[in-house]
Amino acid sequence: MNVQIDLSLLYPHLFLLIWALLIFAIDFFMTEDNRPSLGYLSIVGLIITAILSFASDKGTTFWGAFRADTFSLSFNIIFIGSAILTIASAIDFVKDRLKHHGEFYGLILLSTLGMMFLASSSDLLSLYVSLELATIALFVLVAFMKRDLKSTESGLKYLILGAASSAILVYGISLLYGLTGTLTFAGIAEQLNTSFMGGPLFILSIILIIAGLSFKLAAVPFHMWCPDVYEGAPTPVTAYLSVASKAAGLAAMIRIFFEGLHSSAAEWIPLILTISALAMVLGNVVAVRQHNIKRLLAYSSIAQIGYILVAFIAVSELATTSMILYMIVYMFANIGAFIVVITFYNRSGSDEIIAYAGLSKRSPFLAISMVIFLLSLVGIPPMAGFVGKFYLFAAAIQKGYYWIVVLGVLTSVISLYYYMMVAYQMYFKSGDDNSRIKVNPTLAVAILIALAGTLFIGVYPEPVLSAISGASVTLF
Amino acid sequence: MYSEGFPILSLITYLPLLGVLLILLIDKENIGTIRMVALLIAVLNFIISLPLFFLHDVSTHHFQFVEMLNWIPALGVSYYFGIDGISMLMVILTTFLTPLAIWSSFSAITERVKGYMISFLLLETGMLGVFVSLDLVLFFIFWEAMLFPMYFIIGIWGGPRRIYATVKFVLFTMAGSALMLVAILFLYFLNYYYTGVYTFNLQELGNFPIAPNIQLWLFAAFALAFAIKVPMFPFHTWLPDAHVEAPTAGSVILAAVLLKMGTYGFLRFCLPLFPHAVYEFMPAISILAIIGIIYGAMVAMVQKDVKSLVAYSSVSHLGFVMLGIFALNVQGLEGGILQMINHGISTGALFLLVGMLYERRHTRLIADFGGLSKVVPVFAVAFMIITLSSIGLPGTNGFVGEFLILLGTFKTNATYAVLAATGVILAAIYMLWMFQRVMFGEVTKEENKKLTDLNLREKLILLPLILLVFYIGFYPKPLLVRMEASVEHLLDTVNKKYRVESIEQNNQDKKITIAEIVNPEKNEGTHDE
Repeated sequence: MNVQIDLSLLYPHLFLLIWALLIFAIDFFMTEDNRPSLGYLSIVGLIITAILSFASDKGTTFWGAFRADTFSLSFNIIFIGSAILTIASAIDFVKDRLKHHGEFYGLILLSTLGMMFLASSSDLLSLYVSLELATIALFVLVAFMKRDLKSTESGLKYLILGAASSAILVYGISLLYGLTGTLTFAGIAEQLNTSFMGGPLFILSIILIIAGLSFKLAAVPFHMWCPDVYEGAPTPVTAYLSVASKAAGLAAMIRIFFEGLHSSAAEWIPLILTISALAMVLGNVVAVRQHNIKRLLAYSSIAQIGYILVAFIAVSELATTSMILYMIVYMFANIGAFIVVITFYNRSGSDEIIAYAGLSKRSPFLAISMVIFLLSLVGIPPMAGFVGKFYLFAAAIQKGYYWIVVLGVLTSVISLYYYMMVAYQMYFKSGDDNSRIKVNPTLAVAILIALAGTLFIGVYPEPVLSAISGASVTLF
Repeated sequence: MYSEGFPILSLITYLPLLGVLLILLIDKENIGTIRMVALLIAVLNFIISLPLFFLHDVSTHHFQFVEMLNWIPALGVSYYFGIDGISMLMVILTTFLTPLAIWSSFSAITERVKGYMISFLLLETGMLGVFVSLDLVLFFIFWEAMLFPMYFIIGIWGGPRRIYATVKFVLFTMAGSALMLVAILFLYFLNYYYTGVYTFNLQELGNFPIAPNIQLWLFAAFALAFAIKVPMFPFHTWLPDAHVEAPTAGSVILAAVLLKMGTYGFLRFCLPLFPHAVYEFMPAISILAIIGIIYGAMVAMVQKDVKSLVAYSSVSHLGFVMLGIFALNVQGLEGGILQMINHGISTGALFLLVGMLYERRHTRLIADFGGLSKVVPVFAVAFMIITLSSIGLPGTNGFVGEFLILLGTFKTNATYAVLAATGVILAAIYMLWMFQRVMFGEVTKEENKKLTDLNLREKLILLPLILLVFYIGFYPKPLLVRMEASVEHLLDTVNKKYRVESIEQNNQDKKITIAEIVNPEKNEGTHDE
């Protein structure tokens, strides 16, 4: 066993930790007018962290509990990317509505840090601890508008259900530990391959772990909190929650199941298959009836997790690559859509879909950006969503799971319907208010970055694909 | 004229995108400039595409002007463009009709012109991409990408029920193509199983015998997507709505080009990839085509609105095309392809004429007209010529196509030909009856007396279409010669593969199940990713 502690693998994490604490500290010494610059400072910190992640070595340390590889690097970039886009979109929102700049940005950085640890964790304990670090910061962020009833309510809801799901997860982990006698994924895999034969307790532990993590993913039937929390939370937090938090849950799932439990795949594939099918059907069907854009995106994000899990059941190299690719694609499209929602809300104070009537005349840029993001979520080429879904479905079909793919493409058609209804308000209707909406430069840049990502990956996915192609090798 | 390796097809496909960029730079108040840029780009594209017709090598069925690049090497997706005698004609049809459609909307579209022209040029890129792509993924991308420009064209600039029509149009098309995507992926892994090569390249994909029971499924998935687009009875219900509500230029492009993507899809993908299933499905598709021919004609007859009459006539005409293709002989196929062009010209022109009438009177009801031939004689003459071409009078383009189709069908199944021939008679009834009620008799309505005749722009738009009606009617040879090699090769492929498969099928002791083919590792119980 590796006894030395190689801190160089942790440089990005340590840097981000120090930076986050600095943000908390600097906040004390700033005047109210200067505080928005903390947002930009956080973005700078995140960019440096990303560079450090690219530059730092790959390897395992802390007696096998921490592992830096292409897989963790890919997910780190997704977390950092989401955090950057979120903070860029939040600066105005925080200034006008939230106050407490330092705490807001600092908590996002801490949550990102937790997720980065999570993607690198290679035993059950470090996985659990880093998951908690990521989630507890989010509990606070969701309830950040403390005078807003909905925000506090959703914060409480998220806290209680989140704590319960963590408990379930720990229960599953402890059972698994008791059965296999080891915490590391590699050790569990070895046990399963050699001596350990399974049994009802083993199945129970798997069910509990899936249930606990499905909560983080907001996959059906563990999605109940999702629409309420998305609606109540400050919109930038919702954006972050809908992408980074899901990506973190997914990273944990892949680590546990592909690395530790893949030789008993036959036992858990039916469970994931069911969750995936339920998520696609329920998410898409219920989304049709929504009239609040944040709730609509909440249900659509439930459906998106369903699509991702379609590839999960393939348990292959292609599956890992496709899920990472889809997460990147989804990050650009979903956060992009939320940035449009934030920009619109800053001006109009409404999240109702009806309020979007005539947006194409008030701001052609916002309207066409929204359409492109939504089409990417449906998976219409030449948007990135098409390449992403194509990969997910290819992974499943390669292993012969074609009925779930048929379900996937058919529910995509439903999703096209409700996304189109947003486009319908923006383009075919005209609202009462026809004043032009000016998009401030930071938000415009954030939208442009999301647009560039969405269109570039859609037209030429090769660079991204080759960058993440090494991500799965380590797992098999 | 174009040197070897010059990416002419890419140039033609993406030139409209350049137009989009130019238009984005123009202020939206500057309507005149926007229109001129759009028109000039479209005309320029037509001129650039013309050499494809004249330089076409008629002696070979091989794809010409080929461009081949690796696009997503990890999956074996290539950027593969190329045209043969069939797709070349479709490309020319598209580049020919787009400028006319754009020009015709100069007077019809006065609001949000910038968005309109951008949508139209995006649409042109999508349509051309569909016809030149020889990689299944690339094809699918263009196939879906052109959906949204059309969604906006109908939804923003359409008639009173435009929202319903456009949502229906998009959902129908998407639902159809969703399953095609699954079939494409299935075929891809099947191909890997047989040949060990990961590729979406159309020419490499077809080179192994697919088990007949699997062919039926794959064919059905592809055929559904195409049948909705054609549209074949009973998937046609989106068409009348979309046609009636779309602005004139939208209807023109929808009828002339978009519907052809369906029939083209059958020719390019279904026939060569799944020959066994083609023979299996031949009676069913022929019968549906005949139902479409007769049903479309009957419904057209009772329409009160000229535009929906033309829309239903499309259902009937496309039935002919499908019948010709599934006759599976040279005459039938050539007739079908020629009729695709003819329908583009005649129905495109009919929609233009109806649009011109609508701009003057703001109604399309047959009952609101009567005696127009006295008031607008030039319009009446143009309308007459196009009507006759749509009926298929000898000397016009429609005759050649329908005659070849009936000839081909007769060789395969005489009953089909007899039944389909009633469609020709019905066409004469509904078209001439409509023409008579609109054009002849007394001018009963006061408003109709003040109608102005065609202006110069409108004449110039119609002139090339009318010239083509007669040109193809009297001398279709240049078109037929160009498609001949490709058609013969296509039939060869279908029949050769069909025979090979039949023999192999007989020799086969055990039937392979889908699961075994898709997941060979699973059966061996190994896990070797």
